[in-house]
Amino acid sequence: MASSDQTKNDSAKMLQLPRYAQSLGITVSEYEDNLPILSIEFGSIIEGRPGAFHGGATSGLLENAGYAALRAVLETEGRDPQLKPINVTVQFLSTGKSKLTYAKGRITRLGRRNVNVSVEAWQDDRSRPIATAIMNILMVDRPK
Amino acid sequence: MVSPLPPFDPKVASNFLFKHGHVGWLGLEFVSHGENWVELKLPWREDLLGEEDRPILASGPIVSLMDMASGISIWTTMKTFTPVATLDLRVDYQRPARERSAVFGRAECYCITRSAAFVRGIAYDDDIDDPVAHIAGTFMTISKDPRRGKL
Repeated sequence: MASSDQTKNDSAKMLQLPRYAQSLGITVSEYEDNLPILSIEFGSIIEGRPGAFHGGATSGLLENAGYAALRAVLETEGRDPQLKPINVTVQFLSTGKSKLTYAKGRITRLGRRNVNVSVEAWQDDRSRPIATAIMNILMVDRPK
Repeated sequence: MVSPLPPFDPKVASNFLFKHGHVGWLGLEFVSHGENWVELKLPWREDLLGEEDRPILASGPIVSLMDMASGISIWTTMKTFTPVATLDLRVDYQRPARERSAVFGRAECYCITRSAAFVRGIAYDDDIDDPVAHIAGTFMTISKDPRRGKL
């Protein structure tokens, strides 16, 4: 669970988010149990219905948190494969309101070629996620 | 009850919807529609790349494209603009979109019940028979809340 004094980790700055994540305004907020927590400020470019997150923006945050968690874990194992999405299922649990939103992924099962990642996004109350995602990702070794 | 509004027109609504917010930022465009489907276009953009070392569109914008196409396909099928909430959306990726290519998203609302709408769709760049992704989504139709009595 979240501890009140999560430490900011220097490696948070090392983790390079993709162009899409940067364009959307996603940043690495902090690390918890060596896994990154991403956050995004509400703004017009993520708005769907007035004053609420667009489901696509929420999904973008979830997917990026999933990839960031996976990259963090792979790095500790000294692996740097290309990641290819197989599928993602996003469950929308409640409206994303116009406030700062967080997401964190955890690795459910890491194999040699496949990985299953689950992600949660929340706003004020971490025990009430606004959306969750399950992702299956293929890992391909880069040509030497 | 007589509705004072004309039937939902996806092309007219798109002009309005795509001016603002997230889908306005993505630059979505209306392409075409049928009785129960709609097709939208997501133009290529350099700043939507998903990887550092390959010029490949991130998967996030494809979710946005298909979520929006799904919503509009439901309104097109119902012939009315009624609030819907996405319950879940699944995307199966068949291959990456081609470099510098726009992605088209066609969503079809194949079933509407009293409180839910079911959508399936395809995202493609060049040829709809060679898709980038298939999607399936489930939506709640909020205005048809069964607790409000007989429908």
